[in-house]
Amino acid sequence: MSYVPHSEADVRAMLATIGVKSLDDLFASVPSGLRCGELKGIPEGQSEWDTVRRVSALADRDAALVCFGGAGLYDHYVPATVDHILRRSEFYTAYTPYQAEVSQGTLQVIYEFQTMVCQLTGMDVGQASMYDGASACAEAAILAGNVKKDRRDIVMAHTVHPHFRRVTETYLHATGRKVLSAPRSADGTLDRARTKAMLAGASCLVVQQPNFLGVIEDLEAAAALAHEAGALLVVAVNPIAMALLKTPGACGADIAVAEGQPLGIPMSFGGPVCGLFAAKQEFLRQMPGRIAGQADDHDGRRGYVLTLQTREQHIRREKATSNICTNQALLALAVTVYLATMGKQGLRGVAEASAVNAHEVYDRMLKLPGYAPLCPGGAFFNEFAVTTPKPASEIVHRAAQLGVLPGVAMDRFAYPLEGENVMLVAATEKRTAEDVDRLIDVLRQV
Amino acid sequence: MQAFPFQPIPTPLIFERSREGRPGTAVPKPIVARRAADVLPKGALAATPPDLPEVPEFEVVRHYIELSLKNHHVDRALYPLGSCTMKYNPKVNEDMARLPGFTGIHPMAPDEQVQGALALMYELSEWLKEICGMDAITLQPAAGAQGEMTGIFLIAAYHKSRGDTARNVVIIPDSAHGTNPATSALAGFTVRGIKSGPDGLTDLVALKAALGPDVVALMLTNPSTIGRFETQVVEIAKLVHDAGALLYMDGANMNALIGIAKPGDFGVDAMHLNLHKTFSTPHGGGGPGSGPVAVKKFLEPFLPVPIIHKEKDGRYRREWARPQSIGKLHGYLGNFGVLVRAYTYITRLGREGIKHTAEGAVLNANYLAARIESKYPMPYGRGMHECVADGSRFKEFGVKTLDIAKRLLEFGFHAPTVYFPLIVHEALMIEPTETATKDELDRFADTMLQIAGEAETSPELLTGAPRNTPVSRFDEAAAARSPNVRWKR
Repeated sequence: MSYVPHSEADVRAMLATIGVKSLDDLFASVPSGLRCGELKGIPEGQSEWDTVRRVSALADRDAALVCFGGAGLYDHYVPATVDHILRRSEFYTAYTPYQAEVSQGTLQVIYEFQTMVCQLTGMDVGQASMYDGASACAEAAILAGNVKKDRRDIVMAHTVHPHFRRVTETYLHATGRKVLSAPRSADGTLDRARTKAMLAGASCLVVQQPNFLGVIEDLEAAAALAHEAGALLVVAVNPIAMALLKTPGACGADIAVAEGQPLGIPMSFGGPVCGLFAAKQEFLRQMPGRIAGQADDHDGRRGYVLTLQTREQHIRREKATSNICTNQALLALAVTVYLATMGKQGLRGVAEASAVNAHEVYDRMLKLPGYAPLCPGGAFFNEFAVTTPKPASEIVHRAAQLGVLPGVAMDRFAYPLEGENVMLVAATEKRTAEDVDRLIDVLRQV
Repeated sequence: MQAFPFQPIPTPLIFERSREGRPGTAVPKPIVARRAADVLPKGALAATPPDLPEVPEFEVVRHYIELSLKNHHVDRALYPLGSCTMKYNPKVNEDMARLPGFTGIHPMAPDEQVQGALALMYELSEWLKEICGMDAITLQPAAGAQGEMTGIFLIAAYHKSRGDTARNVVIIPDSAHGTNPATSALAGFTVRGIKSGPDGLTDLVALKAALGPDVVALMLTNPSTIGRFETQVVEIAKLVHDAGALLYMDGANMNALIGIAKPGDFGVDAMHLNLHKTFSTPHGGGGPGSGPVAVKKFLEPFLPVPIIHKEKDGRYRREWARPQSIGKLHGYLGNFGVLVRAYTYITRLGREGIKHTAEGAVLNANYLAARIESKYPMPYGRGMHECVADGSRFKEFGVKTLDIAKRLLEFGFHAPTVYFPLIVHEALMIEPTETATKDELDRFADTMLQIAGEAETSPELLTGAPRNTPVSRFDEAAAARSPNVRWKR
């Protein structure tokens, strides 16, 4: 089947108006030698019901696990409001708001999203979203390089998400820029003394809050360190943590980025998610991507437009600040509706429950034989790293067979980090006392 | 289809609906009776929480519903935005992407627990490879622009692997999307533009002159942005390859070619698809998209990690050990939910439906072109899946292409893409897609013809448009001079 709506009579009438005899004639410009035969590897078309059966059968093969896995993506509850708004055709079947007069819904949402990203991060200005946290981090590094033109490399804490690192390296590799790795201290925080020496000649220092090992960093100290060396400070945050912790903006950061998934987006095997990007006012005109701005229409009414477009690829072409065009607008809507639904108190509640639950899991897990903290003395928020009595990937594998994702094995990323006997464990407000009992019970068994 | 029916009154911002102390949603209590201050270090805590709005749930819903009413969208009426392929987004795709077996899985779960998701990605990969006539593919890029970037990185890695490090120029026709040169610059290359020939297609003489030992690749959009097939694409590929460069194809316009012809047969070495264009996944107001990159065999070792591997026993696993890989583009595997939608679409269409889709898209665009070309000359002809008209003839009446676009909005249609491609003055780039009935195309064509008449007799109808939309035109230059990009208390 197809979604082509024409009857045979329609097609005949249309071909007559065009002045050709057959549908095939419409493809006369494609040399006959290049015409392909039947697409043999693709099955025949299906009814909607048969399609549903086929696709559902695949979904049914995936296991529903009680999730203590995190490492950047977390199993938070998504309130019903979010998907009800996302399912509005007016939002999901529209495109980039090129015609502002008939796109005020999308444009105002972007403006509200930008504001909320600033409120969460304490930064001055935001933009319409990036593909994910990892590419937002890479674009932040590019921005820093564009601002600090004489400084080529960037310094990234060893404790930044290894995929943020790998993506940033991939983006920067082509232009010969290196991502240097700044070591951590025994408590898991940035080793500032050893990092200081690396910063000469670096355009920015990138740290994560809480960091990849779950440990809360001293952002004020990181900002001082970066700025003394003449570098910018880029902070990648867990946006839920921003309900409780000091913001990058309050600590003097120049750019804040985040994986926005915890804010109302299902884990969905890692995508689509949403990159958040915000910066100090002085970098507004260097920012990547779409930006919505307030404007007055010719009748004096307040509205919103895409603004500062001279930064962008469709105007500036090879001189653009980024090549990004389509971003993650629908996910930015999800984040906006999520934050509006949760509100000031609700987000704080989510953060508090996640933190308390994670600490309870930590206390219980450390009573198990062979489990110990990877970073003794490091304060954490919703996630922590433990050393395990046997390879973590083996524990994860066997626990998952029993219906629990007990955490993430640290050697399962693009870079093996911290060795094979280390597991990263997270909790959210969704985890119940029964879930934790089950986790502990499963870990005893495996 | 109706024009916008309501009073044009600005909607307050969600922040302006907020009142301090209004209760938000209830969240689960922690599993033990402790507070954040009991478990977190005091020095790390903020004195005050982020200044988020405090609005009751039903007010939140009303607010975003009210905003939604101010959008044009595919489910309302024709959205003939050229190059964007705003086709119908089948509803079943949305339901499939929301199956708990897909939305509830963590990307770091062991392969064994996510066999369904991996199988879907593997099978979709096989199908897209067949449609493109290519040997290998990555589904990781999150959008077309990231796909282009991946493609250029792959090509750069290939040259480098052969010790061919002197190449630093990407050739880009003047009709190309802006993302092509922006991508090349991001990859550290300089752009060598070539002028299109009098037919709007690649000028082989200009191409020959531009080719040399410094050339990395030619980025070619086929069908080109004027909607026409590059009839000499095989010769183009040969010239490019003879110079030691590779041919990258921007697949934005694949809706004209699926099931008709395979870029792999043209000599294309790498290309991206836009699942949100050709394969019906929704545009979401500007994403999420998905930009898979398909390549010939010799580029496979450079693909981003992980790749999905099928074992002999039929099980799937993610493979990370790829020493020549360019790295990663996405934190995880790309926009998986978009892949589910594209998989559902191809499953429904099947091999015949795919070809019908291209035929329908080309039929609709040609019909529309035939209906309006008397008033809207098309300097490069009718094209395949889209047509590009030149609006300069209305200048003598004081009417610009922008005015035509704004007048169209008053009739309840979205405007075509305007002022692109750059090789057509006052361009109107019209892509109706296959999901428009003859009746709707006729209504659109009649409206276009009416507007052409008005431009000559009552140009103020155009220059003052739109009047019945939620807002009228903006002073965008003023907005850019003193940008206000966030609300402040």
